[in-house]
Amino acid sequence: MNLKKIPKKLLLRGGKILDPTLDKLKKADILIEKNKIAAIGSKIKDDNASIIDCNGLVITHGFCDLHVHFREPGQEDKETLATGSLAALAGGFTRVCAMPNTSPPLDSPEAINFIVDKSVDCPIFIHPIGAVTKNQKGEELTEIQGMIKEGAVAISDDGIPISDAQVMRLALEYTSMFDIPVINHAEDESLRNNGVMNEGDNSIRLGLKGNPSLSESIMIQRDLELANLVNTKIHIPHVSTSKAVSNIKRMKKINPKITAEVTPHHLYFNDQALSGYNTNFKVAPPIRSEDDRKALIKGIKDGTIDCVATDHAPHTIEEKEDLFDMAPFGMIGLESCFGVINKILDIPINLIIKLITKSPREIMGFNNNLFEIGSYIELTIVDPNLEWVFNKNNIYSKSKNSPFIGETLKGKVLYTLSKGYLADLNTIN
Amino acid sequence: MMKQKHLLGLEHFPADDLAKIIETSFSFKEILDRPIKKVPSLQGKTIVNLFFENSTRTRISFELAQKRLSADTVNFSASSSSLKKGESFKDTVQNIEAMKIDAVVMRHPSPGSSLHLTKYIDSVVINAGDGTHEHPTQAILDMTSLKERFGKIEGLKIGIIGDIAHSRVARSNIYGLNKMGAEVMVCGPPTLVPYDIQSLGVQITHNLDEILDWADAINVLRIQLERMDRGLFPSVREYRNLFGITNERLQKHNKEIVIMHPGPMNRGVEIDSAAADGKSAIILDQVLNGVASRMAILYLFLGGNQNES
Ligand SMILES: [Zn+2]
Repeated sequence: MNLKKIPKKLLLRGGKILDPTLDKLKKADILIEKNKIAAIGSKIKDDNASIIDCNGLVITHGFCDLHVHFREPGQEDKETLATGSLAALAGGFTRVCAMPNTSPPLDSPEAINFIVDKSVDCPIFIHPIGAVTKNQKGEELTEIQGMIKEGAVAISDDGIPISDAQVMRLALEYTSMFDIPVINHAEDESLRNNGVMNEGDNSIRLGLKGNPSLSESIMIQRDLELANLVNTKIHIPHVSTSKAVSNIKRMKKINPKITAEVTPHHLYFNDQALSGYNTNFKVAPPIRSEDDRKALIKGIKDGTIDCVATDHAPHTIEEKEDLFDMAPFGMIGLESCFGVINKILDIPINLIIKLITKSPREIMGFNNNLFEIGSYIELTIVDPNLEWVFNKNNIYSKSKNSPFIGETLKGKVLYTLSKGYLADLNTIN
Repeated sequence: MMKQKHLLGLEHFPADDLAKIIETSFSFKEILDRPIKKVPSLQGKTIVNLFFENSTRTRISFELAQKRLSADTVNFSASSSSLKKGESFKDTVQNIEAMKIDAVVMRHPSPGSSLHLTKYIDSVVINAGDGTHEHPTQAILDMTSLKERFGKIEGLKIGIIGDIAHSRVARSNIYGLNKMGAEVMVCGPPTLVPYDIQSLGVQITHNLDEILDWADAINVLRIQLERMDRGLFPSVREYRNLFGITNERLQKHNKEIVIMHPGPMNRGVEIDSAAADGKSAIILDQVLNGVASRMAILYLFLGGNQNES
């Protein structure tokens, strides 16, 4: 990646503009001046401008990821806000929401302020998500208003399910005063029974403890019923099972405030992939069956699932080199996201882009008018047809725990324009 | 020589090599009947027995097999919890390999650990039990014992009774027996015999009389009493009433049923002494066949000299 400041004047010439709020591609040049859109039109000429030849490329909103783990503070050996930002840029992401399961967790206004302060100098926008409960213990609510005031955009105890239904109810009720979503990592811990992979034929064969799909769908149904009781935004992270898709689809009909996300890895792999005990496939919730995978894709097509989020979860090589039942859960996902979903989803490019731009921004209430004259530059330029092999050189995260290494992907991010920076991804590392 | 470098499990193991190991076991059993029970087949080879989980029986059986073949052996025992505190698994095994060894026999509580081991070392790996995954040498000695008793394995009806869900012995036996043309039925409470087990190619019953009626031989698994704390079955008394192998229960079926047990037995729980020590039990034959089969396995995987045996 070649990362530099956006030139004073920059002309994006010959590309197709895909405004995800309009649903159509239009061929036009974009002139950028002082990090803002100065003009959009055909055959713009400016002799003083630097030029990026965008012929055959698609220019769209910078990608937005509702679910990343940047590990700061406390686990800087896995990732930092700075290295996470580079991983984001490499994947075309200009805006991410960082989960609070850090060490210590982001469970106070002060902790939220720490992230906001520290990310000022990062080349992407990092929005912290505050913890729902103090120390993520699932017991007492945090100072939610105070955290929102400091910049928290949602609350979640992600990584740890909120097991106590009463605590979940209180969290939803209390948060209904504010216009932010509550996000619960939905896995019933008693049913999960320390499972390390999907329960099914393959867990039996491998002798690994199974986590049944019901552990997810039952807790999601509980949460959706609770959200129905109070008028709150609820966002379901990393949906992994067919049953959960059905539950969300049914409950969405009576509650428009429900939104849901799916990860690229749950769309791409099924649990047969775990046969070699490769710990990079060990994630929570687990990679599920082929039927579940197909149901997730169907859920995207019929609108049950609103967006794609990576659940970018870096872990060190040493940790992931451990035995399967010992290694931590999680895989990185920012760098490979677009190439993965663009390959696996047989839907038009505008719909794919929407899953990582307009939809997540809408869920969080972020600005979606990025193609207006005067808009601050937050754009990503992709070649949607380029087939390429994802390898370690494409990873900018501090950790390399990706099962996509060696996989041929379709569609590649070539430039990310974010916060005054231009990341050129035509060169690797 | 074997087609595969390691013996990690029987799921993906070639049937003809499996048959060859069983045949070779009989040749080595003859040696065990001689007054001098030692052959020079693996002279100069060094084998490390790496046991991260206690198992006196399996370790002694391997050690004896190694000594009978004149191999040099080193024992390394460590509980995986003490390993966790300091050195990583990778460091430990790479350190051992650095000492120039030919094979590692490993027992470890994590499923997949023997495959994991092959990533870090060049020596031959023999899986002596990896968690709840596989225990191929036990299945091979069980099949050797069946062949010794029945003269064949093909067409036999073998029942496996007990905690199938958590049993590496059950998994390896199911794969091996299916490969050798036997039929397998498993039996136990549904909490220990989940429905998904069917995908391994077995019939399921939760009725002991049904399996006793059907089987030529039964393999009675040890019930881990700690499973009771987790509510997988309510009491020893109730387990014994439903699934315990007693002479009274066996007599109801009016036929000979050969009885196996991988040991160590909980007498009075999964099997009564009268049944375990009776005429139909081949449990002690299994112990001797264990040494012979492990000799065959080490010999075939370490490329011992054919002429010497
Ligand atoms: Zn989560």
